[in-house]
Amino acid sequence: MAVIPYDPSRPTQTHGEVTRDVIATITSKPTKGYYILLGTMAFLTALLLGSVTMLMKDGLGLAGYAPPIMWSVYITTFVFWVGIGHAGTLISAILFLFRSPWRTAVYRATEAMTVFAVMTAALFPIIHIGRQWIFYWLLPYPNARYLWPNFKSPLLWDVFAISTYLTVSSTFLMVGLVPDIAAVRDHVSGWRKKLYGMLSLGWTGADSQWRHYSRAYLYLAALATPLVLSVHSVVSWDFAVSIVPGWHGTIFAPYFVAGAIYSGIGMVLTLMIPLRKVLKVEHMITDYHFDNLSKLTLFTGSILFYAYAMEYFVAWYSGSTFEQTTFWLRAFGPAWWAGWSMIICNAFVSQLLWFKKIRTNLTSLFVISIFINLGMWFERYVIVTSSLANDYVPYAWGQINPTWADWTILLGSFGWFGLWFTLFYKNFPIVAIQEIKEMIPMPRRKSSHGGAH
Amino acid sequence: MATSVPGVLAHFAHIDGAADAIRELKATGHKDLTVYCAMHNHELEEAIGDPISAVRYWTLFFGLLGCASGFSLAIWMSSDWPLLVGGKPITAIPSFVVIGFELTILFGSLATVAAIIILSAMKSLKGRPYHPKFSDDHIGIFVPCSGEQAAAVEQLLVGHGSVEVSRDA
Repeated sequence: MAVIPYDPSRPTQTHGEVTRDVIATITSKPTKGYYILLGTMAFLTALLLGSVTMLMKDGLGLAGYAPPIMWSVYITTFVFWVGIGHAGTLISAILFLFRSPWRTAVYRATEAMTVFAVMTAALFPIIHIGRQWIFYWLLPYPNARYLWPNFKSPLLWDVFAISTYLTVSSTFLMVGLVPDIAAVRDHVSGWRKKLYGMLSLGWTGADSQWRHYSRAYLYLAALATPLVLSVHSVVSWDFAVSIVPGWHGTIFAPYFVAGAIYSGIGMVLTLMIPLRKVLKVEHMITDYHFDNLSKLTLFTGSILFYAYAMEYFVAWYSGSTFEQTTFWLRAFGPAWWAGWSMIICNAFVSQLLWFKKIRTNLTSLFVISIFINLGMWFERYVIVTSSLANDYVPYAWGQINPTWADWTILLGSFGWFGLWFTLFYKNFPIVAIQEIKEMIPMPRRKSSHGGAH
Repeated sequence: MATSVPGVLAHFAHIDGAADAIRELKATGHKDLTVYCAMHNHELEEAIGDPISAVRYWTLFFGLLGCASGFSLAIWMSSDWPLLVGGKPITAIPSFVVIGFELTILFGSLATVAAIIILSAMKSLKGRPYHPKFSDDHIGIFVPCSGEQAAAVEQLLVGHGSVEVSRDA
């Protein structure tokens, strides 16, 4: 791990102070604001559960499903949440392999965000299938009629990709947490000591444990890296393997991966900007981190800009009337507002991050992150619905008509995600204690020049 | 702290002092040391000088097993109920690459985590003393030794800057 230079202007300088400051985020008494936030998230989760129950009782007609648009807000929201789940593993695994020191302060929060985002995403295909109680038919399991799923379908690839991603990202989060939970265990008392004692799995930081742990963490990062790139590629093939105009594109996999990382970092910014203030960890998560996150946003946003331009270019250059019509209708058809929301929020707003003044102004960064979240939801909405609305047969064209069941489940998904995240940040170390300590050089008896200090 | 393994437990506040102490302890024939630290540290790792962890064999073996399982699963299940889909052959290998890839990652990752638990448990730390400061800002070195050796060990550890030494009988 690269060591950042010793910086006397940073208030957290010693290992003891890191332990103290991070554990204080857990042991400090929750404020009234925390309970209000938790209550709001619980309410939205109840809204989600209530709406899903109604949907199970009355069927998908309640969600406005009608030919030709049989994939609608639920699939849009599924892709949106899976995308959010990409920034965490990018920051925790890929930047770990690249030895980027700035990831250390933010990776725990982004990793937790990843797990909860994928947990949210995984609900949507199940909600979407209609008969939710037999969702396990998606899996290959021995059954009385010896029927197996179709392994040539990208939808089954997606089942494998999402379940593997959820398992591996949860594992990665938990493995990273163990030494930190042990640190918490050693500095709390009462029921907390018992709880963290169990969760720390007997960790003591002995050399025999670090020896295996440090290697294993490296291999987990190496395995998670291709995984994060593959998951959204597989999601993109749900669309690209079909022959629907607007979906059947070879650029879909890299286009989706860049979009996923872009949306994930947008959500990281939305969460971290207020959170670091609430938890009083401004001295650990600094402007330096936000500047780097912004540069990553700018990079992925620029790839998206290019991909959007290429989509239109390919449609024109293909000479295919169907492809050209689809893209013409995206910009100037009945859902033009969604098409332009996507282009403005993603391609253009991200370009503001070329300016350092904007990158280091947290208020403007927060506002931009909201635009990113909105823009990326609209991107998926446009891709999913506009292509289905205007297929090969103009006679069968139609328009999407979302209902209250779409909107309440979409809103409720933010509650479900937020509930987990809110509980997590107040009960677990939101900043990685042991990795921050790795960044701070340990005191030495002798200076590098040989003298004592 | 009560312990069943007799020896000396030392606290260090300085990394170089701890690393030097480990090197000298090893040079004077002390084996089976336990070194506690709040984070992974290369200087300590070098001083301890243990071979590279065997976790890598687990990751490799189970990763390959996952890959083979993914392809086998898809090939077997497609052949068990042969249905022509989209004009592709029954055993359409390119379609099965995703399944093979996902199971490679899944098996490899789970085996890696299992390896940390199993390999760490193979060296029992039972009966060895521990102190909460070791997860904070102290490095701990526990030297198993008999009562006669303890005084010399204590002297060695204090000589390298140990800030606290305790003897566990």
